[in-house]
Amino acid sequence: MEEVKLFGYWVSPFCRSVEIALNIKGIQYEYIEEDLTNKSPQLLQYNPVYKKIPVLLHNGKPIVESMVILEYIDETWKNNPILPEDPFEKARARFWANFVDQKCFPALWKTIWSTSEQYEQNKAEALERLKVLENELGGKRFFGGDSIGMVDIVANFIGFSFRTIQEALKLDVFTEDNFPKLWEWAENFANCSPVKKCLPPQDKLIANFPPAYMGKTLVSSFQSRLQLQFHPPAAAK
Amino acid sequence: MRARVALEEKEIKYEHKHEDLDTGNKSELLLKMNPIHKMIPVLIHNGKPVCESLIIVEYIDEAWKGKTTSLLPSDPYERAQARFWADFVDRKVYTYGRQVTWSRKGEEQEAAKIGLISSIKTLEEEALGDKLYFGGEKFGYLDVAVIGLCSWMYTYEIVGKFSAEIECPKLMAWAKRCMERDSVSKSLPEPDKLYKGIMELKMSFGLE
Repeated sequence: MEEVKLFGYWVSPFCRSVEIALNIKGIQYEYIEEDLTNKSPQLLQYNPVYKKIPVLLHNGKPIVESMVILEYIDETWKNNPILPEDPFEKARARFWANFVDQKCFPALWKTIWSTSEQYEQNKAEALERLKVLENELGGKRFFGGDSIGMVDIVANFIGFSFRTIQEALKLDVFTEDNFPKLWEWAENFANCSPVKKCLPPQDKLIANFPPAYMGKTLVSSFQSRLQLQFHPPAAAK
Repeated sequence: MRARVALEEKEIKYEHKHEDLDTGNKSELLLKMNPIHKMIPVLIHNGKPVCESLIIVEYIDEAWKGKTTSLLPSDPYERAQARFWADFVDRKVYTYGRQVTWSRKGEEQEAAKIGLISSIKTLEEEALGDKLYFGGEKFGYLDVAVIGLCSWMYTYEIVGKFSAEIECPKLMAWAKRCMERDSVSKSLPEPDKLYKGIMELKMSFGLE
């Protein structure tokens, strides 16, 4: 009997990645919501190096770091693969997953937390990254081809949460006019059943992000209220 | 360094092309093969590019499966552990190492030195322990991921003013073992030459 547990946080796109992958594979798992202001002894025990979510526990053994977890899931449960089999295509997928994780996500995140002085510059950087991503998507339905794969999973923040937050904040970073292919991808992505099952509630998302273009003090008070694990944009990894 | 060591370990013949990394001097081939980041390393296999060092190492292991023993373990949990630590090396060890090397003397460099020593001690205790190699009895993927330390540690020690033999003796013993492997000694720059090169660069940027 397999025991699969996931320690997570409701807003974290890194946790969503893991959940989507588990849903694609049809794995039953127990989800444990962590209070990031009061991390559980188990979390600290299972991830002593970073003390962060997500942590996947499979038959008592912990795996941490969302990209490492995704590869583990794909190698352990071989049905519905999220990575291509061909080594070159696999390397491509890993490259683009890294691009989304290390270049797109931080750029988009910065736009949400911008003060009015910072917004235009942060927006310009985010637009540049999204353009590269849209070129890569090209005419494909998903980055993974006909079905969602690792790159789509890692881009879940772009596919759902970012659009919700930017609409609430009246930002104009990711629009259908600017990025028609990526927009269509996002619509298709958010409607896939493995994704729909684990998306954060829209109203809760909106309530937890600051109104647009707040001054520095208000931005930082919202940030500390949200109590994110990942660093604020200025000190991003 | 990682890509070259991986190719040597898998006994693959390859052509090495040196790049001048000054902006404006990067070759057309590099810019064509890695248009997104415009950075080395890039592996070109039958005309197709693979970018980013750890992705290249996994590609080499998969594309030449069966040629020699695998670099990555076969068990998914052990593979996850190896990937975790490889990512840790990039995120912590090499990041702090770069900061120690390139920052001016002062608080910033001190803080980076503390981070560097702490992260290499964690790597030594948790990932290497008393094993011969990070991969266990055999040299493997995580050894390839860490291999740059065999050349870089000398620079970190001098600039950071600490002794790696004192701070992480097991890691230093591992480095000596690795340098005895042909795949490593052929592929890595000599530590003192690397240090001299870095110091020249620092002086030319007015950082020394």
